[in-house]
Amino acid sequence: MSNYRVQFEVFEGPLDLLLHLVKKEEVDIYQVNLTRIANEFIAYLNQMQELDLEVAGEFVVMAATLIYIKSRELLPRDQQVAAPGPEEEDGDDPRFELIRRLVEYKKFKDAAAQLQSRETEMGFIYEHRPGSLEFAAQTSPRRPEVSLFDLIGAVSSILKRYNTRDAVGEISADPYTVSEKMEELRTLITTRSSFRFSELFAAARSRTEVVVIFLAMLEMIRLKQFFCFQSADFGEIEVSTRPEPVENPPTPPDESIPPSA
Amino acid sequence: MDLKLVIESLLFTAQKPLSPGELRDVLNKAADEDGAEELVRAFKKTPVEKIEEALHELSKEHEAANRTYRLVCIAGSWQFVTQPEFAPWLRAFLGVKNRPARLSQPGLETLAIIAYRQPITRTEIEQIRGVAVDGVVATLLERNLITQAGRAEVVGRPMTYATTPAFLEYFGLAGLDALPDADELRRIPVQRPDSLLTVDPNLATAPPDLASTPPVPMEFGNPEVPSATPTTAPEEPPIVA
Repeated sequence: MSNYRVQFEVFEGPLDLLLHLVKKEEVDIYQVNLTRIANEFIAYLNQMQELDLEVAGEFVVMAATLIYIKSRELLPRDQQVAAPGPEEEDGDDPRFELIRRLVEYKKFKDAAAQLQSRETEMGFIYEHRPGSLEFAAQTSPRRPEVSLFDLIGAVSSILKRYNTRDAVGEISADPYTVSEKMEELRTLITTRSSFRFSELFAAARSRTEVVVIFLAMLEMIRLKQFFCFQSADFGEIEVSTRPEPVENPPTPPDESIPPSA
Repeated sequence: MDLKLVIESLLFTAQKPLSPGELRDVLNKAADEDGAEELVRAFKKTPVEKIEEALHELSKEHEAANRTYRLVCIAGSWQFVTQPEFAPWLRAFLGVKNRPARLSQPGLETLAIIAYRQPITRTEIEQIRGVAVDGVVATLLERNLITQAGRAEVVGRPMTYATTPAFLEYFGLAGLDALPDADELRRIPVQRPDSLLTVDPNLATAPPDLASTPPVPMEFGNPEVPSATPTTAPEEPPIVA
């Protein structure tokens, strides 16, 4: 399935190949001779087969479309059968549909190129960041990172609040999923730069929910989306989205994310 | 005192990018200090719009002054950054910026489609790109450049995707409106060409009436209504491969 990528890495799919062929013709997309393109496209597919590469389904579908277009043009206009299928109503020309897709794909490819140049430029600009000067109200020293055992200790103290272990009872489907909780945590963390560990569990209603939130948190730490710090010995663990400790610990909640995002 | 200048001094010394809301909080705090002068108290309750206006003016002034740095807005927060052409020296002085690995071509294309058409389902992305995007979407999710935005109200309730604030930061965009050619790419107008010159001129059967077909502007790609029909051609034609 993905074999064609190895040898023909430039072509990410049939549209990419088609666009390449159009470019080779050095004409506007609207002016392109699709019958010639069809021949070249199929020649390329044959080449892939000669190289013993599996031709991906998308390429075959595109080849079929091109052959269809070509075959239609062999007939005089008045003998062309109106193509069946709802998409072909109102005399929709399959050539136009193909060109439409090509234009759309090309625009997004160009947009991707613009994003890429921005990506490059972002590597070239440096932010103005004055070093943190020692002022009167400066904050605590750098906090050490937290180990897994600290986290387990913290969560088990939270679990103590939910002591009602269901001794006997119905076994019901788990109402919470880790991915759902990850989503919730991600939303929560955008509202402030850092959170106290216990705050993440404030809304939990059962042991199961605490455990699921905890698993979600561990997963996000693994994905490096969350970082944990402890400002003082035996102090409460703080969770933040930044690898560096936040300068001013728990900031007031009204410091929300900018509105224009 | 000019509001612009007060803001400039704050941004100049800030440890992190500041949003207009944060700037407003500082103005209020300064005005509330004991024994604050009239001058300082005058900026209490400055509306955020005024601050935004001042920021844009300030940014223009810096642009016009043609300095080595400029004031930019990234993901809604403002900061001073150097102009890119000074990178060679800054790299030697400060080191290479710590940025994640560059995105692949499929990654960029998929991200561009999501950025302009969000919220969008995976099927819709695949219709535009013409190839499966599962792996790419997973990578973009893992890099936190996109996020699951909800589910589309169509059969199967497929997941929809949207970009995150981290996307704006990564590309240095003020907001989604700052995407280049945003209007055009959200709905791409495609002109039906005067004549579809797809016909081989050697064929005697070229449809003679095509040349007279007037251009029909056409819009498509409504992000709200994911179409259930595939855009590929009908399966009737024989597969010669």
